[in-house]
Amino acid sequence: MSIGIEHFLTVGAILFAIGLMVALSKRNAVGVLMGVELMLNAVNLTLLAFSRFSVSERPITGQTFVVFVLTVAAAEAAVALALAVSVYRNRETVDVDQINLLKS
Amino acid sequence: MEGFGVTVAFWILAAFTLVAAAGVMVARNLLHAVLFLVLTFLGIAGFFVLLSAEFLAMAQVIIYVGAIAVLILFAILLTPRSGRQNSETRFALPATLLAICLAAVFIFVIFDADWSEVEEDPSLAASELGEALVSTWVVPFEIASVLLTAALVGAIMLVRSPEEEAEDALA
Repeated sequence: MSIGIEHFLTVGAILFAIGLMVALSKRNAVGVLMGVELMLNAVNLTLLAFSRFSVSERPITGQTFVVFVLTVAAAEAAVALALAVSVYRNRETVDVDQINLLKS
Repeated sequence: MEGFGVTVAFWILAAFTLVAAAGVMVARNLLHAVLFLVLTFLGIAGFFVLLSAEFLAMAQVIIYVGAIAVLILFAILLTPRSGRQNSETRFALPATLLAICLAAVFIFVIFDADWSEVEEDPSLAASELGEALVSTWVVPFEIASVLLTAALVGAIMLVRSPEEEAEDALA
């Protein structure tokens, strides 16, 4: 049996769903960040699958997009982890349920 | 993609990646979750090789496994008193249901759609990616570098301790 675009897209979709589940349900802020990274990876996989299989004039565009997603993911990880460390310094916790200063 | 090797490689990689991703969800210790995340990243890099994007597979290993995973480990180790529990909030059940519904919709659409596929590999070299980045996509490329610099400077500013800020105010 041959492997087509559907197979790669299915793996990407399941991976995205797992990432969404992790990001929405984890208590630790670092855990939430791990979910976001999983979702970004799923999107990268999908983009590369389209780059490989789609009928296109310039199939390199998909790979270019993945480079930008990698860059933004690195920036996002650095800022998010700095935020987690900063919140920990002030509140001694990174539990997303306890970071509720704005709640009256 | 035809061929026995490709098929076997795909199914092994798919099982490996999805089991590792599920491990991120079910691991009780946050450090174990990070290790499962590293395995997921490696599996994705394998998929990139399978999709003949060797350069991006290398970039994936270097950036995600080498940099981001270490960054996440540092963040966990820098927040010691918050506990290493990887437990869920009360949104665990709704989040699971939402994820299952989303995956079901995605998979239905993926198998319902009539994809126009090219069978032969476009065989894109890394040099083509480099040329595209500095010709067609040069403006987004420069903006990405500015974003990365700004984000790293911002991250350094965010994690400075109050004593360091007081020293800077005196200088």
